[in-house]
Amino acid sequence: MFYDVIIVGGGLAGLRAAIAAFDAGVKVGLVSKIHPVRSHSGAAQGGVNAALGNHPDGHDDTPERHAYDTIKGSDFLADQDAVELMANLAPETIIEFEHWGCPFSRYEDGSIAQRPFGGAGFPRTCYGADRTGLYMLHTCYEQVVKRNIDVLYEHFVTKLAVKNGRCTGVIALNLHTGEFETIAGNAVIFATGGSGRVYSINTTNAHASTGLGLAIPYWAGVALKDMEFIQFHPTGLEGSSILMTEGCRGEGGYLLNNRGERFMKNYVSEKIMELAPRDIVARSIQTEINEGRGFEDHYVHLDLRHLGEQKIKEKLPGIREICLKFKNIDPIKTPIPIHPANHYTMGGIDCDKNGETSLEGFYAAGECACVSVHGANRLGGNSLLDTIVFGTQTGKYVAGMVKGMSQTVDTDALNDGLDAEKDRYRKLQSSEGKANPYDIRNALSKVMNEKIGIFRNETDMKAAVNEIKMLKIKFENLRPIPNTGKFNYDFLWVTEIAGNLDAALAIATGALNRTESRGAHYRIDYNKRLDDEWLKHTLHTYHPSNPEITYKPVTMGKYEPEERKY
Amino acid sequence: MPTFKVFRYNPDKSDPPYFQDYEVPDHKGMTVLEALYYILENLDPTLAFRSSCRMGVCGSCAMHIDGQYGLACETQVASLGNKITIRPLAHMKVIRDMVVDLDPFFAQYEAIKPYLIPQNAPGPREYAQTPRERKKLDILVDCILCASCYGSCPVVGTDEKYLGPHALLKALRFIDDSRDGNTNERLAFVANDAGIFRCHTIFNCQQVCPKDLDPTGAIGKLKMKSLWAKLTGKLKTTG
Repeated sequence: MFYDVIIVGGGLAGLRAAIAAFDAGVKVGLVSKIHPVRSHSGAAQGGVNAALGNHPDGHDDTPERHAYDTIKGSDFLADQDAVELMANLAPETIIEFEHWGCPFSRYEDGSIAQRPFGGAGFPRTCYGADRTGLYMLHTCYEQVVKRNIDVLYEHFVTKLAVKNGRCTGVIALNLHTGEFETIAGNAVIFATGGSGRVYSINTTNAHASTGLGLAIPYWAGVALKDMEFIQFHPTGLEGSSILMTEGCRGEGGYLLNNRGERFMKNYVSEKIMELAPRDIVARSIQTEINEGRGFEDHYVHLDLRHLGEQKIKEKLPGIREICLKFKNIDPIKTPIPIHPANHYTMGGIDCDKNGETSLEGFYAAGECACVSVHGANRLGGNSLLDTIVFGTQTGKYVAGMVKGMSQTVDTDALNDGLDAEKDRYRKLQSSEGKANPYDIRNALSKVMNEKIGIFRNETDMKAAVNEIKMLKIKFENLRPIPNTGKFNYDFLWVTEIAGNLDAALAIATGALNRTESRGAHYRIDYNKRLDDEWLKHTLHTYHPSNPEITYKPVTMGKYEPEERKY
Repeated sequence: MPTFKVFRYNPDKSDPPYFQDYEVPDHKGMTVLEALYYILENLDPTLAFRSSCRMGVCGSCAMHIDGQYGLACETQVASLGNKITIRPLAHMKVIRDMVVDLDPFFAQYEAIKPYLIPQNAPGPREYAQTPRERKKLDILVDCILCASCYGSCPVVGTDEKYLGPHALLKALRFIDDSRDGNTNERLAFVANDAGIFRCHTIFNCQQVCPKDLDPTGAIGKLKMKSLWAKLTGKLKTTG
C-alpha cells in the first residue's frame, strides 16, 4: 500500500489535512484506530474562535485583537508569528466550514452566532448550540466522503518506518484482520489528538486520547515540546469528569462555593469574573476546595438556574442531557457539581507552522502538535481553530513537498518495523510476568493527578518522576496478553499504556525542571513568572531512563511580555 | 454485585456463540461501559467492545443492553436488574463479541450523498440562514451514527437493500437545510422501495435513539415531500 501522504488520526486536524492534501492533487490515505466520526473532536462543545464581528458587542473585534488575547492567554509562551497566522486565517476557515454545511447557530440576520469565552476581549466564539465539535467533525468527514478519500479505519498505528533520517511510512495493526501491515508513503502527518488519558482518573478526554500519538515519534527521535503545560478545565462533572463547556459560563453561569458566594470576584476583576482564562479559574476553584469552601471537600457548584429553562434548552441542551443521564440532575433546577479536570495538552510534537518536525517526511497537526499557538495556557475556543487552521496548512504544505516526488518505498525500513512490531506482539503474549497493565495505568494516573496537577512543588514532582520510573520497570513484567486474533483490545490498550508512561515522564521532568510559574504550570515554590530565565520552550528528547531536556527561544513579535492581569 | 451475561463469539474459532457470566462490583453512578472495562481489565482481557468518548457523543458503544438498544456509556448499571444481558447490535456480521461489521451501515450513509450540495455559489461571507431555518435542523443534526436505530430495525434485518433509518434521517437533514439545492435529486434517491417506502413504521428507531431523534418521523416527512414533489411534477421516479 502506498500513499503520497499518510495521515494518522481521523479527528478534525487529520480530516482537514486530508482534504487539503487531496485538493492539492496528491494521493491521500487516512489511517485511524477508530472510525473518524468517533474522534474526540466531536466532544468539543462550546465553540470555535474567529473574529467575525457578528455578535452585537463584537463588531469592533479584529484578528489582531484575537492574536493579542491568545498571546496574553498563553502567558507569552506562544510563538507570535504562528498565533497571528491562526487568528488571521480564522474567519475564512470558519466561513469555509459554514459553506460545507456546518450547522452553526444563527442571528436574526442569518449570520453565525457567537458567544463570550474566557480571556477574550470580545465575544468571538462561533457555536452550534453546545455541540460545535460534533457538527464540525461530521461536516469535515462529509467532505472526506464527498472526495472519496481512502479511510483505513480501525487500523492501529504503532510505529514509524524510519531509514537514514527519513520517515517512509507506518506500521499498523489492522484490527479487522488482526494482522500487522505496512503502509508506505512519501510523508506522514500525525494528527492523533491529545493525551489526557495520562491522567485517566480525572480527565475530560476520551479513552482513545492517550499519550501514544506523542510517544511514537518521540521514540523515533522527534522531540516533544512544552509538555509540562497541561490544561485543567475548570468545570469537569463531579465523578466522571465529563466536560461541562465553558459556554455554560459564556452564557452567564455562576461558580459558587459552599457559602453560595460567587468566589471568582476574589481572584479577578468584577468585570471578568467566571470568564477569566482556564488556568486562573481552575486554580481559583481548587483554592476554594483546598481552603474548605467546597462541597464534600472536592467540588463547587456551576449554577445555571438563573439563565432560565428556555435559554438552557436552546443554548446548552447537551449539558442538560449529560447532567440528566450521568448525574440524574436537571441544571434548570439544580446547580451542577464540578471540579477541575485534565483537559488539554498544550505541549506536543515539536513542529512549526507547516507541521514540519526535525524528522524528514514526518509532520504533525492538531492537539498532538505543538506549533506553539497555545503556549502555557490555551484559551477556550482556540483548540478547534488550531485543528482546522493547522490541519489545512500542514496538508497543503506537505502536498507541495511530495508533489512530483517519485514513489520512494523503503522496503527495508518498512519490513524492519514490521518485524519489530510482530516481535513485540509475540513477546507480550509469552510474557512471564504478573503485573496487570491497567493497575499500572491507574497508578500512573494517580501520581499525575496528585503530584503534577494544578498546584505543583519540587518534592512532589521529584517523587512523581521516581514513581513513573518504577512503573516503567513494572511494565516490563506484565502478565501475558491473549492472542485473540481480530480486535485484540488488550494488546491495543497495553500499547497505549506504554505511550502514557513515556508521555508522563516527559511531562514530569519538564515540570520539575521549570523553576517558575507560567500559565497552567503553577509551582507553589516558584510562584512568579520569570521571563529573564524562562521565556523559552522546553524540548524533551527521548531516552529510556531520563528524558533529555533542552530549551529553545520563543518567537516574539509585537507583543512584549506584560503582567497577566484580568 | 450484578452478574453480566455477555455475548461471546469469535467466528474464526469453531465454537458457537455463547454467553459468559461475569460478576462485577458496582458503585454509585457506574455505567455499563465501566462494567465492561472492569471485565476487560480485571476478569477477562479477551473481551472485545468498542468505546471512546464515554459521554454519549462518539457513538462507539451502541449495543443491546438488557433488552434495549443504546449506548453502554450512558446506561446506568443501577437502572438495570441484578442479571444484565449484553449482546451486540443486530443485523450486522459479528466480527468478535460486541464488535460488528459496520461497513454496510456506513456504505448506506455514504450512498445518500451526506454532504451539502449548495444552492448558490459561496460568497466571501457565510450563507445567510435565519434562526427559524436553522431550527428545522435541530432534531436532525444531532445524529452520532451509533447504529442503535439500525440494530433495532426489523426491516434492516430482512432487506439488505434498505437504506436504513440513519441514512434516511441524514437525507432529510440536507433536504431541510435552507442552503442545500439538491432536494429533488435527494428525494428521487430515497422515494422507492429500497428507501422510504420500505419503512414499516414500526417506531423502533425512534424508541431507541440515544439522542431522542425521530427517524420514523423523518421518513414520514420524506414521504410527504416526495408525494408533493410528484404531484407538482418535480419528482421523476416510478418508485
